[in-house]
Amino acid sequence: MAVRVQFENNNEIGVFSKLTNAYCLVAIGGSENFYSVFEAELAETIPVIHASLAGCRIIGRMCVGNRHGLLVPNTTTDTELQHLRNSLPDSVKLQRVEERLSALGNVITCNDYVALVHPDLDRETEEILSDTLNVEVFRQTVASNLLVGSYCVLSNQGGLVHPQTSSQDQDELSSLLQVPLVAGTINRGSEVIAAGMVVNDWAAFCGLDTTSTEISVIESVFKLNEAQPATITTTMRASLIDSMA
Amino acid sequence: MEYISPEAAFANTTKTILCCECGIAIEPNPANMCVACLRTQVDITEGIPKQATIHFCRGCDRYFQPPTDWIHCALESRELLQLCLKKLKGLNRVKLIDAGFVWTEPHSKRIKVKLTVQGEVLGGAVLQQVFIVEYTVAHQMCDDCHRTEAKDYWKALVQVRQRAENKKTFYYLEQLILKHRAHENTLSIKPIHEGLDFFFSTEAHARRIVDFLNTVIPCRSQHSKKLLSHDVHSNTYNYKFTFSVELVPISKNSVVCLSRKMTHQFGGISPLCLVLRVTNNIHLIDPCSAQITEISGSHYWRDPFNCIFNPKQLTEYVVMDIEPIKDKERKFFPGQGPISNKHVLADVWLTKASELGINDNTIHTRTHLGHVLKPFDSVLGYNVNESNVNDDCFEKLNKDLIPEVILVKKHYANKRKRAWKLKHLPRDDTSIGTGNQDYNEFLDDLEEDPLYRQNINIYRNKQVMPVDTDELEDPFEPRITLEEMLDDLNIDDPNEMS
Repeated sequence: MAVRVQFENNNEIGVFSKLTNAYCLVAIGGSENFYSVFEAELAETIPVIHASLAGCRIIGRMCVGNRHGLLVPNTTTDTELQHLRNSLPDSVKLQRVEERLSALGNVITCNDYVALVHPDLDRETEEILSDTLNVEVFRQTVASNLLVGSYCVLSNQGGLVHPQTSSQDQDELSSLLQVPLVAGTINRGSEVIAAGMVVNDWAAFCGLDTTSTEISVIESVFKLNEAQPATITTTMRASLIDSMA
Repeated sequence: MEYISPEAAFANTTKTILCCECGIAIEPNPANMCVACLRTQVDITEGIPKQATIHFCRGCDRYFQPPTDWIHCALESRELLQLCLKKLKGLNRVKLIDAGFVWTEPHSKRIKVKLTVQGEVLGGAVLQQVFIVEYTVAHQMCDDCHRTEAKDYWKALVQVRQRAENKKTFYYLEQLILKHRAHENTLSIKPIHEGLDFFFSTEAHARRIVDFLNTVIPCRSQHSKKLLSHDVHSNTYNYKFTFSVELVPISKNSVVCLSRKMTHQFGGISPLCLVLRVTNNIHLIDPCSAQITEISGSHYWRDPFNCIFNPKQLTEYVVMDIEPIKDKERKFFPGQGPISNKHVLADVWLTKASELGINDNTIHTRTHLGHVLKPFDSVLGYNVNESNVNDDCFEKLNKDLIPEVILVKKHYANKRKRAWKLKHLPRDDTSIGTGNQDYNEFLDDLEEDPLYRQNINIYRNKQVMPVDTDELEDPFEPRITLEEMLDDLNIDDPNEMS
């Protein structure tokens, strides 16, 4: 089930929130509306945490995480780190990384098993990433864009990539990630997908401008509804089998 | 190495997304929307008016081109399209690809223009759109028509006047104006007592015709202007200009009496002279010595002289005897002016045609018409003896030297129908029309004098068949040959010139 939401009149909700299978981080806004939407949807299953990183609200672009852990930039203050540690479940490892490309959310995208990273990312960061988040790391681009974290959204069920991604690239990426991918848009034609939405294995949130077509693409590729698997997954199966063979 | 067929490679690199509005599969574009959805979202023709008004003057069939111009343009012409496009305000924001007219009923006062424009939308996507703009043709009277309606259309007036008894010079002038098309810029031509008025829209046009008159006819002109309005802020003055042109009051076949001073000035010519013709100069001949002279307009106005005999006073005489005078019998003196070699001086004995057979006394005189006269020819002349002349110069003359009769021209009794005609100025009415005696005499003069008619256009009258020369009774009778006539161009209205 995908929910439309707005952060203080802004549709780029992926900037102000971080959603994983184990926790949800939400920026501290002027009103609690944004938080309430997440809370209503997620509070029964996972903690929904108010957070800020280095005093900024753009937490979605600054950190990266999955159900195993959370990486935050080294600009994060001790207080913020302490607050996160207190709020996160004990199973989630929290790690501060020294990385030149400090907007970790823009340069890394991951699910619980694999991560795509910016080709210029530090090797040390890559190691921390694979240790903390328990993921296999691939240095990749999406439709010739280096900021894989901005132009690609992944869950364990599927992934949405930049609209200019050719079907050949999609096949290649999906065989790396072992999830079906589809090219699409968010927020009525915006191509900055990760900025417009957050997703985990059972819930998705997207900007208020997102059209019903875009929602239906999201729901089908992330398998958020209990309906029949979409044609995309059936066509993807060929490449999956191909890569296993 | 594996061979990859180009089709397979192409198929793998295709990019497809779903349109974010309607969900059909499309190539990704900057808006990530299909063309149909993009059209519903954005209108690149926004800000371009779909209706406009253009102004049209019904009086002169012209369209208004702001700020001040009025231009002629046909329906569906390039010029009209240009005018229509200039009316649209927002066209600079989009790229105009094509424009054309959509047919509308010519009397509907509507013009429809179909425009194709391209515009950039939503971050770089170029959208092309076709739309129709409807123009309403509104009626507005242009300044020129407005002035005409207000009877305030002329700026300059040329008054041409001749204070003379006969109007032959005027008929001649009319033909000259027609030949040189000097009347092209006139707004109207109005006959007035003793002359014509020419109306013009600008002073320059009036000056041009005044200059033209000065070159073709001896005349003098005066210039005056009347202040109509004055704008103190812009320092502009609105004048009406009037040029008064006075033609010399001398016509062909008149007799003039020169002052003593003038006779000296022109090579000792006799004071009593016959006017041979008036072209750009006054051509005089002394009938008793065949001495000729030309007097220019400026000479004339310095010392004006009068006609003492007019063609109306002509009397018919019959030649009883004629005897050419040989050169050795003639008197020449030093400083004498040129003598005509086209005329033959002769002694002639005459009887009045009215007294033929009653009075046996013949009158003796000298004439320059020795080359055309034979005994028993009829001839026209002025009876000087029996006339009452009021002229200062004439009274100072020695009465013994004045001839009794001054012969002017040979008289041809039987008139044929002329095989030629002249054109006329498009006048408002025909009070100096073609039906009177003066005009007939003018036509006669043209027939008799090739030099007189060399400056004017003569048109062939197709309704009269030119007669063969052998069939004529008098082979010497003057006529205009077919070679001198022009074929009139008559396309639509055969009666226009008749």
